[in-house]
Amino acid sequence: MDVRERGTAGKPALAPPRRPGFAGVLRARWAALPPRQRQMAGLAVAIALAVLYPFIDSALGLGFMGAAVPIAVFVVLAVGLNIVVGYAGLLDLGYAAFFAIGAYTMAFLTSPQSVLPFGTNFWVAMVISFFTAALFGVLLGSPTLRLRGDYLAIVTLAFGEIVPDVVRNWDAVTRGNKGMSPIGRPVIFGLDLGQTQQQWYFLILAVLALTVVMIVRLHDSRLGRAWKAMREDELAAAAMGINLMQTKLLAFGLGASFSGFAGSLYAGFLQTVDPEQFRFDISIMLLAAVILGGMGNIWGVIGGAVLIGTYDRIIADRLQGWVDALGQATGLGFLQNLPVASSKLMVFGAALVLTMVLRPEGLFPSRARAAELHGEAAVDVTEPVHDEVAAGSTQP
Amino acid sequence: MSTNDPLRPTMAPTAPLALGSTFTPPPSPASLRSAPSPASGRGAGGEGSGEGQPLLEARGVTKRFGGLVAVSNVDFTLPERRIYSIIGPNGAGKTTFFNIIAGLYRPDAGTITFAGRTIVGLKPHQITRLGIARTFQNIRLFGAMTALENVLVGMHCRLTTNALGAIVRWPAVNREEAWAREEARALLRFVGLAHKEHEWARNLSYGDQRRLEIARALATRPRLLLLDEPTAGMNPMETAATMRFIERLRDTGLTILLIEHDMKVVMSISDRIMVLDHGERIAEGTPAEIRSNPRVIEAYLGRTSGRAATGSDTP
Repeated sequence: MDVRERGTAGKPALAPPRRPGFAGVLRARWAALPPRQRQMAGLAVAIALAVLYPFIDSALGLGFMGAAVPIAVFVVLAVGLNIVVGYAGLLDLGYAAFFAIGAYTMAFLTSPQSVLPFGTNFWVAMVISFFTAALFGVLLGSPTLRLRGDYLAIVTLAFGEIVPDVVRNWDAVTRGNKGMSPIGRPVIFGLDLGQTQQQWYFLILAVLALTVVMIVRLHDSRLGRAWKAMREDELAAAAMGINLMQTKLLAFGLGASFSGFAGSLYAGFLQTVDPEQFRFDISIMLLAAVILGGMGNIWGVIGGAVLIGTYDRIIADRLQGWVDALGQATGLGFLQNLPVASSKLMVFGAALVLTMVLRPEGLFPSRARAAELHGEAAVDVTEPVHDEVAAGSTQP
Repeated sequence: MSTNDPLRPTMAPTAPLALGSTFTPPPSPASLRSAPSPASGRGAGGEGSGEGQPLLEARGVTKRFGGLVAVSNVDFTLPERRIYSIIGPNGAGKTTFFNIIAGLYRPDAGTITFAGRTIVGLKPHQITRLGIARTFQNIRLFGAMTALENVLVGMHCRLTTNALGAIVRWPAVNREEAWAREEARALLRFVGLAHKEHEWARNLSYGDQRRLEIARALATRPRLLLLDEPTAGMNPMETAATMRFIERLRDTGLTILLIEHDMKVVMSISDRIMVLDHGERIAEGTPAEIRSNPRVIEAYLGRTSGRAATGSDTP
């Protein structure tokens, strides 16, 4: 990302007399690549890792597959939320509501416990979930997107609370806290693709790939430009003929649909839905993933989501054990008594605060965003050619 | 701001008119209008109307902010294919009047018609789509987008790609996108920024930013261009080049409404001028008429020093 910085400033400092080891050579080679190739190489490595992960997991006996699937779902959610927050600049605090809507749509359409008199197969239900979530996104968005940022955040926050609450209390339809199960299975030509965690993982990875392609294409189109322009300056965007309401609604609706998409898959994976899966924390964790990764940059957001998902699903549960072990090994008593497991969210919060202080643009920002926050050459904008002339002609 | 003149007394001799350096001449201004537009149905093509016909008409336009009357009962007729300037001291309501036309404010009273259609109550984007484009007094480019992207955003309303098209990218979408980029590059060439298309708007020099803003406005393919102090903060050379550029725009068939503080600019390029003071129209006419109008002189320099104004304003 900050290619130039690392390439020029980092190298001389790294290469004093010591003979460069294998890693050093590798790093030098890496720095010498043109940025575009470096990006492609990074992408290829990431894809390869993602695809090979199940085999690595089983070869090393890590046993993280059960966590890998929810993490992949989490990534789909994060890239969807990135449309709303990162591209269009709308703060959505109730994104998990659409996740729930997607999951329950899947349940209603495929579960034997559904109250609906008809059902569909898994794939049709997945597509319907996509559009149902979009519909709810538009329904919520059309009255509320007129509001300015802070108000929108509050309305979405409320929506995020209302949806699980309705689900919890509408026993007759949703079976309340008991939830619904089982859910339809992803069967294709008589072959069940959801028998093992590995199969689910690949299924969700495929959906993730599809989602990413769709979103990248949206971003590189007339609509993506309109979102970006709107985020930067609504007034100027409107003066360019951009219908703000429609453009926001599109971002909001599309974001919701990808959330619904993810929800339907997740319901299939768990084979059950219940209101506890869609609490407020999910919305906040997703927002954190988007911000941590680097708002607006889809690759950064994927990275952020993987990090946060990994922390949430893998590290947090094991951290207590690790810290205890460290305490015993070093003989530091206080380490043994640290209540790490119960302060999962605190560690998480601290990490976020640190990121915002040290690297407000996120870990993997887009170039534009990094410049925005570090004020690279921002002076040029405000500094007119002749100071006196400017002083004479600026209106008070 | 008549204060411009006292502030830069040395400008007149240092603004030679033979400088083509800052603006490269456009290859063919006609390409702006003749390029095929995939977005049809915009009333932009209405050529047949003869020169000098009113394009924009305002009657009794009034805008109050609380107790302050920012624009008061202004009548105004903008002939087609002319450069029309609005001048007036600070706080005279020029920018407010602009913002009313552009749809940012809704007037409390009065009517505005553009090409025979009333535009009061329309949203800014709808007004842009009808063929009115604008620039801003304090440049409002999309700083973290490249010059090319800025112009492409300006073309937004002439393009038709929807979400499904953007995702599937069927051939028509690719064709439109390629056409849009070509058109945007032509516009950048037209304003002399061809070699800077990949630079971020925020990294461009001040003069380049002003030019990019005009290119972005032109990308909406307007019939009427509203320029809010296009030469603010420019040095004399840049100002002279910008003036010639604006004249060239008029010659391609555009109508231009200008807010300007620099009297030299206003007097030399305007076909007609309207003077606002405290929200009221106090004079309207050709530059010569305005220059000798006692009310204008009074508004600008106060009662006693009226003579000084005529002295410094006339070349």
